[in-house]
Amino acid sequence: MASSAVASPRIALRHRLAERGVDRTLLLLLPAVVFVVALFIYPFVYGLQLSFQPQPGSEAVNRYGSGPFADYRNFFADPYLRDTIWTTLKIGLPAALFNVLASVPIAYRMRGRFRGKRTITTILVVPITLGTVLTAEGLLAFMGPTGWFNRILMDVGIVDHPVRLTHNYWGVVFSLVITGFPFAFLLTLSYLTGIDPTLERAASTLGANWFQRFRHITLPLLAPGLAITFCLSFVLAFSVFPSAIMVGEPARQTRVISIAAFHAAFEQYDYSMASAIAMIMGAVELIVIGLVLGWRARLYRGATGGKG
Amino acid sequence: MSQTKISELRLDQVSREFGGVRALDGLDLTITGGEFVALLGPSGCGKSTALNCLAGLLPLTGGTITLDDRRIDTLQPEQRGFGMVFQNYALFPHMSVRSNIGFGLRMAKVPKGDARRRVEEALTLVQLTEHADKFPAQLSGGQQQRVAIARAIVLEPPLVLMDEPLSNLDAKLRLEMRTEIKRIHQTLGLTTIYVTHDQEEALSLADRLVLLRKGRVQQIGSPEHVYTEPANRFVAGFMGYRNELELPVGSVNEKTVVLDGLGAGGLTGVRRDDLGERAVAAIRPEDFTVGAGPNATEVTVEVVEYQGREQAIQARTDDGVDLHLRAGTRLAPGDRVTVSVPPERVLVFAAESPAAPEEVA
Ligand SMILES: Nc1ncnc2c1ncn2[C@@H]1O[C@H](COP(=O)(O)OP(=O)(O)OP(=O)(O)O)[C@@H](O)[C@H]1O
Ligand SMILES: [Mg+2]
Repeated sequence: MASSAVASPRIALRHRLAERGVDRTLLLLLPAVVFVVALFIYPFVYGLQLSFQPQPGSEAVNRYGSGPFADYRNFFADPYLRDTIWTTLKIGLPAALFNVLASVPIAYRMRGRFRGKRTITTILVVPITLGTVLTAEGLLAFMGPTGWFNRILMDVGIVDHPVRLTHNYWGVVFSLVITGFPFAFLLTLSYLTGIDPTLERAASTLGANWFQRFRHITLPLLAPGLAITFCLSFVLAFSVFPSAIMVGEPARQTRVISIAAFHAAFEQYDYSMASAIAMIMGAVELIVIGLVLGWRARLYRGATGGKG
Repeated sequence: MSQTKISELRLDQVSREFGGVRALDGLDLTITGGEFVALLGPSGCGKSTALNCLAGLLPLTGGTITLDDRRIDTLQPEQRGFGMVFQNYALFPHMSVRSNIGFGLRMAKVPKGDARRRVEEALTLVQLTEHADKFPAQLSGGQQQRVAIARAIVLEPPLVLMDEPLSNLDAKLRLEMRTEIKRIHQTLGLTTIYVTHDQEEALSLADRLVLLRKGRVQQIGSPEHVYTEPANRFVAGFMGYRNELELPVGSVNEKTVVLDGLGAGGLTGVRRDDLGERAVAAIRPEDFTVGAGPNATEVTVEVVEYQGREQAIQARTDDGVDLHLRAGTRLAPGDRVTVSVPPERVLVFAAESPAAPEEVA
């Protein structure tokens, strides 16, 4: 009697917790939590506080004193630093946009089942596994002034002098497309195959031609997925570093924000300035993602087919 | 995209192969305007294939489809303009009920006011006016099915195709929606082809049944005709002749036949095929009566299922033949009873594979 009277509120508590999703299986999350704290939150918080402690003797302190925002003020006051934001956006936004837009028609064509699909998918995945450095080297060999591409153009007689496609803006964009497109394509394809194919069949029996089916059925259902794909592609492109140096013009046209951070950290040894730049970089990314997701929230978001 | 009523739809040797396998094998069928035809058959017999071929969602591998003397089997689905109701409804999840129903009108560029009026009419017809602004995910299964039906019929298509539209619903809703479909058909008089594997559904809805098996037509006829005079043992089995007793043939007369076994005097039945050494007697459970009579035989009751007014009984003869029957009187397992069946209710078919399909228009 006594023991059951004691036990029942305990059981009730456990039930109440379970109802809110709190039970012992939560412990399984522990390694993941430790991992995230150790690898993400700790460096982030460390960097954040570091960015508010300007390094004595640095350019920022000389100009703006040792207040917590000296590094940030220095960044936004110095056009050489400030403009890296625009430089990076100018490279990252078009590259991400191109990757997403180009992946839609190709994925749309490939959404069904057909022979050789796996081969094509594999070929497309290879650039992801190569990484940016190898891609950049390949790009130099192929698109450089003495590369095949220019030699073919000259042999055919389309141009007299090699076209400059590397060591400038276009080199970096090409490299971002090569590494970013497969990624965007695979994501888009998986979103597309998640859309119930009978919806398009139904639309066709209702008199919609292929374009109308794409426009009124597939695209609206795909749009939320495209927004996510764009965000991820953009984040990948925004942190471009190796290709900006190897196939870009890191001193001027492609002086992206990660180069500025690298410069501060490992050439001027000003870690707090580097942290401040990293924080600004993160903030810009968050703003772009926020805008895209805000737009996405206004779209239909829910099941992409079948019966609800 | 004619919205006028059709006078005739003709299918000529319509066939469809999937990698050498004939899913639909030479379907010949002529449908007159306003008719309600049910395609009936077990799972995998090619019903959906036939429907998709008609809608243009699957190209034919043989045969022709003619609608009022116009060949349509090479047209794209959007050019045929047949309404289709899908088994999983296929409602557009990002559109409200109203926009779902209005989608076809929008594609056909029907003027706004006209379109709005027709959508309202369709909503009234399927009794969904108060749910018009909801999204499909907010509707119950039956309501979703109504939307799917309204969407398919709002264009008043020359032909409405329905692929097992009720198979995802529970038993009660299925009955309700069946009545609904019948009512809509009576109201609008649209020519309809209805696919189902439920014989009761087909019998109650259709003007004419087409029985399919392994892609081949087994019998075409009115519900009554198919029900009382199945063309072969397969159709009989599908139409509720649950007892299929394979027995040696005793004596054959012009109309009747006596099979050996089942009771002392053998089993007398109606001859439906040319018979070999062995034959199959098809008998409905409800045609057996408990008590003495023609074709009497003594059985032991084995399983009793209570089904309200009647009991469904499985019994075994002394020769070890299992019989399914129905009884109004209460029986218990182990009871010994005599059962009998009138000879005109015993259909005797050849034991070999079904004979050539019979066609009765
Ligand atoms: N795309 C396909 N590829 C290969 N075989 C197919 C394909 N579609 C259907 N089949 C085959 O064709 C036959 C008929 O299929 P169908 O879908 O028409 O059957 P059904 O009568 O509609 O069955 P159910 O009642 O289960 O829906 C089946 O044997 C099936 O395996
Ligand atoms: Mg089917």
